[in-house]
Amino acid sequence: MTSPLEQKIRITGPSVVTANRTWDGTVVYRTATKGWSTDLADAAVVRAVPEARALLAEAVADDLGAVGAYIAPVEIGESGKIAPGNLRERIRASGVTIDLLPVPA
Amino acid sequence: MYAYDEIDRTLIDERVSEFRDQVKRRLSGELTEDEFKMLRLQNGVYLQLHAYMFRVAIPYGTLSSKQLRRLAHVARRYDRGYGHFTTRQNIQFNWIKLADLPDALADLAEVGIHSMQTSGNNTRNVTSDQWAGVAPGEVEDPRIWSEILRQYTTLHPEFSFLPRKFKFAITASEHDRAAIKIHDIGLRLHKNEQGETGFEVLVGGGLGRTPLIAKTIRPFVHGRDLLSYVEAIMRVYNQYGRRDNIYKARIKILVHELGIEKFAEEVEEEWQHIRNSDLKLEAATIEDIRSRFTYPTYAKLPHMPDELRKAAHDPLFERWRKNSVSPHKVQGYSIVTISLKPVGGPPGDATAEQMDALADLADKYSFGEIRVGHEQNLALPHVAKHDLPALWKALDKIGLATPNVNLVSDIIACPGLDYCSLANARSIPIAQELTRRFANHDTADLIGRLHINISGCINACGHHHVGHIGILGVEKNGEEFYQITIGGRADEKAELGTLIGPSVPYNEVADVIEDVVEAYLALRATPDELFIDTVKRLGVEPFRERVYATR
Repeated sequence: MTSPLEQKIRITGPSVVTANRTWDGTVVYRTATKGWSTDLADAAVVRAVPEARALLAEAVADDLGAVGAYIAPVEIGESGKIAPGNLRERIRASGVTIDLLPVPA
Repeated sequence: MYAYDEIDRTLIDERVSEFRDQVKRRLSGELTEDEFKMLRLQNGVYLQLHAYMFRVAIPYGTLSSKQLRRLAHVARRYDRGYGHFTTRQNIQFNWIKLADLPDALADLAEVGIHSMQTSGNNTRNVTSDQWAGVAPGEVEDPRIWSEILRQYTTLHPEFSFLPRKFKFAITASEHDRAAIKIHDIGLRLHKNEQGETGFEVLVGGGLGRTPLIAKTIRPFVHGRDLLSYVEAIMRVYNQYGRRDNIYKARIKILVHELGIEKFAEEVEEEWQHIRNSDLKLEAATIEDIRSRFTYPTYAKLPHMPDELRKAAHDPLFERWRKNSVSPHKVQGYSIVTISLKPVGGPPGDATAEQMDALADLADKYSFGEIRVGHEQNLALPHVAKHDLPALWKALDKIGLATPNVNLVSDIIACPGLDYCSLANARSIPIAQELTRRFANHDTADLIGRLHINISGCINACGHHHVGHIGILGVEKNGEEFYQITIGGRADEKAELGTLIGPSVPYNEVADVIEDVVEAYLALRATPDELFIDTVKRLGVEPFRERVYATR
């Protein structure tokens, strides 16, 4: 499988690097302080390909912290709040869109 | 039930210790993810959107009550209190932590459950008819042959690194409940003119982005030659199957590109080399495996007990009985299918409490045995007819008496974008909305047998190509859209559905399906003509007109 670093990076707006935490699989975001956070608000936001590539490289190198790192789009609100940029990322950030448990008949 | 022998138990225990060590080395940094990925996949561990997903095999869909309780325990202790039964007789846990997996695997191993053959480019969990051993008219119990194949393929060194995953399904009944024609190898057990047991062998079926119905490569292969013949097929595939393109790597592509005749010639040539080798199954070997299956000691019971006669006056019981209870090969007994499709619920999910309660009911009413079907429902295979009213009441108390088996709300759906990292669109909320639209049982009864299958991406885990109505989620400019097909079926007359028109947005899917169903009700020749037969008779055009006339 092609390494994320060998893949062509295309970004069309503000983006973050996200992955799953290695020990439990929880969704995490790469921070500006070279760590991971479960809160999207803590994510480092990049806007150009070179900085996205650098952030991704740093994230991929931390294989013990998180796995499957990739660049994901975000939207920045007027107050500066970071929000997921597509449905997939909204689901990853907020959880499934259904009740977890089956509904009794 | 099949009792594992010492070899199986040792294999499973050793696999747990091996994986415990691998996880430890991964979490210490000794193994990178690149090194670890294949190891975790060999143990059914995927990485999904929110967490790791753990897929556990239920070979040929047979579970004991003890095993079901242990699955409930894993759901409760290591996950979020529920599990998801899949379309290939597996169960998935969606929220498991990597650090907990060795313990979960060890707990399962104690009752003979494992996750081998649930992932990777090897032979997957061999599936079979969930009514195996109890269906009236069955040639013989296909699980004996499923188990032979399971033993033969598990950790088979030559077939552990195939070009792509490889799936077997076996049926021994005229009506195919195992969907053998959409498998890499489908086996239909039957007898030849001499009364000997053998198989019609089909090859090259599969769904995904290139859906193909399997073709018969040999109408009869004697039971003793089963292993040598499937080995010949797999050798030809292993040699010629493409490894350069994941989308062209399944055996169906090879069969399609070579043509079934040429492929059969290659297999025949290979088979002649190995036909009389150690792969020939001795009668004693088959008998040994047969002897490890235990069957209940049935009582002599009346065809129509008083309890059933009395309960027939209750319309709610009758509605459930009509849809959930099927004939058994032994007089006085029934097979009871348990719908995991409650109105508004995720298809195929069961809570730990439901699993525990069902295990108790299996002990009380079904000789401690439960079956899992590819339709994402469960079954109790040996219920005395006089127990049906009491069982129904008990199932109702735990939310497992939805009377919709084989009706429009008995929907097959993959986890979709709510869980799956491959998905483009959600499946479960579409299924939930459809079950609400068709919640009225009188309407559902009026519609009759109708299978809706939903997949959240082209990989087709929801088998949408072979749904009477198929729904495929796609992504268009960041939005969820759905393609609708009709006319597919997965049984002995398997066919792929036909697209009825352009894809529709998420919030219009349920309306479109209602339009399709209303069109069917208006078009059917008689009240008995099933949806699938109306589509076969008229084609898709009348349905297309109805759906798109106002869109």
